[in-house]
This record gives sequence, structure tokens and C-alpha cells, in this order.
Amino acid sequence: MILLRLFWEFLKVGLFSIGGGMATLPFLQEMGTATGWFTNGQLADMVAVSESTPGPIGVNMATYVGYTTGGIPGAVVATLGLITPSVVIILAIAVLLKSFRNNRYVEAAFYGLRPASAGLISAALVSLVMMAMLHVELFQETGRLLDLVDGKALILAAVLLVLTRWVKPTKKLHPILFILASAVAGVVFSLGG
Amino acid sequence: MRNVWELFLTFAKIGVMTFGGGMAMLPILQREVVEKRRWATEEELSDYFAIGQCTPGIIAVNTATFVGQKQSGILGGILATIGVVFPSLVIITVLAGVISAFSHLAWVQQAFAGIRICVCVLIFNTVLKLIRKAVVDYKTFLIFLATALLSIFTDLSPVIFVLGAALCGIILKTLEARRS
Repeated sequence: MILLRLFWEFLKVGLFSIGGGMATLPFLQEMGTATGWFTNGQLADMVAVSESTPGPIGVNMATYVGYTTGGIPGAVVATLGLITPSVVIILAIAVLLKSFRNNRYVEAAFYGLRPASAGLISAALVSLVMMAMLHVELFQETGRLLDLVDGKALILAAVLLVLTRWVKPTKKLHPILFILASAVAGVVFSLGG
Repeated sequence: MRNVWELFLTFAKIGVMTFGGGMAMLPILQREVVEKRRWATEEELSDYFAIGQCTPGIIAVNTATFVGQKQSGILGGILATIGVVFPSLVIITVLAGVISAFSHLAWVQQAFAGIRICVCVLIFNTVLKLIRKAVVDYKTFLIFLATALLSIFTDLSPVIFVLGAALCGIILKTLEARRS
């Protein structure tokens, strides 16, 4: 029965996530909370693996979540669920191509959808940051502001931010290099301890 | 039948060569689909891509369905799509098994603690790019802000925000059209 549930959950993700692989993130977060299939931390690891392997990120994440939840059949079913709405909708649009692109209402809907999609991913990011870089539980216990922030994590984040945004020679490097370097930094500075 | 098989193989190849999001796929699609096999023109491909971006689902999948359908009808659309997701299925399944076998080791956990921080930074960069494209005036800024805040502080499903935002867009644009 878990396979049927997986298919259904990913059908919803495929139907409602708009604008690229990362747009599936808020839906996956909600799925993890609602079903208990995986934690937020596991999800972050899946994002990292999906970014570092061949294939579209959205498909990789669906396969990973499906595998974690239901083994190989789970991986297949989750991926099929994710792509089913796309296939159906695109096959329909392929027939009415011109009228779809120039439709006033479609255009208007996307005027609203694009910022909402950015907003949803921002919110997903906030909860990932809370998990990866803050000790919320320790802070609630001690009440000391210094306990809230993970200093080592913050420094790593700042370095990565500068390298990926402002340093010309490193800015264009493939994300996989930053992911690998961060893994090494994690081991060297024993992060997450 | 040969044609359909070729669709599957070509898109499987494209799936292996795509690293990252749908955008990373465009140059590879141009080479394989437009230049080598002439399954679509440059303009058609950019049309497919634009529609793929603004319809539900993964852009890579949407584009594969489009090209496949044009070549060999519905069956072609389905097989091109299965082709593009096939490498992911194999690679991720193998990797997931390996990772879960080693995940109890201390240094693996430390490595992933580092990786999670990197993921935050990478998503932050993606979000900035999206905001630059999506937030074009104060109305879209309000939609962005309201979605982000409501999503952080309430348990509402993202589905509700998607439906609400589409409705907002239609209402706002209709009002605008009426005023002018």
C-alpha cells in the first residue's frame, strides 16, 4: 500500500510544483512532515546527492525519496508519479501549442505563480538553515544567544557564499565541487558534533 | 518502432549528460535534438523550453515529452520521457544503497553536516535568481513576501499557495486591464 501512497504523493508534487527541480523542495518537506517517511536532515542530504549526480534534480530527488521509503519499487513508483502529470499536460498542450502560450489567463496566472514559487522555496530554505546551522533546542534549554548559532557552520556558509557569488574565478565552478569541498571541511572541522 | 527506440536512447543519453537543473540541459538538447538529429528547429526547442518552464512538473521531463510527441505521437512522448528519467533511476538507486550502508560512520555524518551547509548556500543562490525574474513590481513582491511568511509560520499546504497565487495573478491582471 505504501507504493500506492508514494505514487499519489508524487503525483501531487508533479502537478503543483512549477519552475524547475528546486520547486519540488517545499512539497517534499511537507511530505516528510506529514508521512514521517524521512526527516528534514535526510532531505537535505538527498538534495546534495541529487545535485551531484547526473540527471534532472527533481527526478533525482523523487527517485531518492522513493528508494528511501520503498526500495527499488518505491524509486520507480515515485518517479512515475512525478512525471505523470507533466506527460499528460504536455501532450494536451502539444496539440494546442499556439493558443496556450498566448492565452491571457495563462500569462496572468504565471505572473502570480512565479513569485509564490520563489516564496515557497525561500521558506523551505529557512527551515533547512535552522536545521543545518542553528541549535534551536540547545538555545531553548539554556536561553543563551551564543548557544543558538553554530559558529563553525556559520563561517563555512560565509566562505561558500563569498566563493559562489563574488569571487570571479570560483563563481562559475560546478556546484559539485563546492559540495565535495564542504564534505571535506565537515570532516576536517568535525562539524555537526 | 525503430524511431521510438531511438527516442528512448537519445533522451537517456541526454539524461546522463544533464547535471543539475533543467537549464543545464539546454545546450545538450540543442546539440542532440536540433543539430545532430534535426527533430526540432532552434525556435521550436526554445518554445518547448518556455512552455516547460511555465507548466507543472520538471522542465527536463516536459521538454522530452514535447520532442517525443512531435516525432512519434503519444507513444513517442512517453518513451522519450521514460528515457530522460531512466539514468537517474539507476544511478540514484545504486548511490542511495551505498550511502545508507555507511551513514552510521562518524566521518560520513560530519561530511554530510558540511554538505548540508553547502546545500543551504546553493539554494540561497537559486532563490535569488528566481526572485530577480519573478519579482517585477510591488504586487509580485507582496505575493512573494506573503507566501514566504505564511509558509514559514503556518502549516498550510504549498498546494494552497500555488492555487491562491495563480488566482491572485488572474485577478490582478484583469483589474489592470479594466483600468487601462
